Amino acid sequence: MNGVHDLGGMDGFGPVDVEANERVFHHAWERTVFGLTAATSAQRLRNVHTFRHAIERMDPVHYLSSSYYEHWLTATATLLVEMGVVTIAELEARAGGRMPLSEPVRPDLIELPAPSAAAPCFAVGSPVVVRNLHPLGHTRCPRYVRGKRGVVVRVDGAFPLPDVAAHSSERCEQYAYNVRFEGRELWGDTTDSAAAVHVDLWESYLEAP
Amino acid sequence: MSGHDDEHHHPAPLSPVEVRARALEELLTEKGLIQEGFIDAVVSAYENDIGPMNGARVVARAWVDPAYKTRLLANGTAAIAELGFGGPEGEHLVVVENTPAVHNVVVCTLCSCYPWPVLGLPPNWYKSPPYRARIVREPRVLLREMGLDLPESVEIRVWDSSAEIRYMVLPERPAGTEGKNEAELAALVSRDAMIGTARP
Repeated sequence: MNGVHDLGGMDGFGPVDVEANERVFHHAWERTVFGLTAATSAQRLRNVHTFRHAIERMDPVHYLSSSYYEHWLTATATLLVEMGVVTIAELEARAGGRMPLSEPVRPDLIELPAPSAAAPCFAVGSPVVVRNLHPLGHTRCPRYVRGKRGVVVRVDGAFPLPDVAAHSSERCEQYAYNVRFEGRELWGDTTDSAAAVHVDLWESYLEAP
Repeated sequence: MSGHDDEHHHPAPLSPVEVRARALEELLTEKGLIQEGFIDAVVSAYENDIGPMNGARVVARAWVDPAYKTRLLANGTAAIAELGFGGPEGEHLVVVENTPAVHNVVVCTLCSCYPWPVLGLPPNWYKSPPYRARIVREPRVLLREMGLDLPESVEIRVWDSSAEIRYMVLPERPAGTEGKNEAELAALVSRDAMIGTARP
């Protein structure tokens, strides 16, 4: 989905605020949320793909105005409610107020790509173009590379395709590649010519130019 | 119920997010989905044992042992496992080497993927919208803002961890460190040098 989480290349966020000698967790509730999320993973109540997509489905204003571990809390609560492990009524009764959850998945609109063939389609040095895909479900193809030309610099083997794994228990593995994009290809002439971005992309995101 | 020790010093009412986290923790405990002590056990590993001191040992070893460095750049996961490091978010590690001509920097624009076994959990700035939005678009400008002024002649490579690979930067060994031993060298390697927003 073209969600607010897909931040690469956006302007207007201002400086990066680096905290000196930062603690691993800033508040006790962050430790709790980290542990709860680990527990639901150990209980197989989520996988990394469903979890990331649950974060992506957050209301965009809530996403940008809340911290990283509040994203985790919202996603974990959302998945547990969607699976029927807890109810929103139970959560809100216990919290004594509103429990914001992510927006629902629209599974009827999601198309699931097919697995890769036995051998990878591209090799180191292959020129590729990123397909101009805008799936409504989960994807790991950032918007800023769609339609852009790059060159494969590494072939990493086959991994479960997140676009399927976030929505289905079907096993769908595809080859993943590291693709190098020159700065000018991504950002035009305004950019630094001696900068490149390397992005890891699954096979169905790519095509031959 | 451990994990709330800090709040004993703060009698103020809990914030909404604290209330929500506690509500979920209580419900999952009542339903038998979390055992007493589980959260502390998981979290304490990341507070005490898993952090950038691990990555610094990898870097120092690569600086003193050319054969190790060759293995590290060829297969990061296996070479890092030689020092005993691995685990969640470290299943597929790639180490990218800085040279006089090339500087590497790591990001995850879509979420906050990060090589936990060698760097621990990411700092807030790495997870923040400004870093994730800007480092791919204007890396030289942003690195300069963050205190790393690279000459125009140095190529910058930004690695967006968008799939299963997690990246760590191997910084250049600083000049004048010939007499230092491995432990002294490790002490020179910061977390940010291994992300690529600083140099040792």
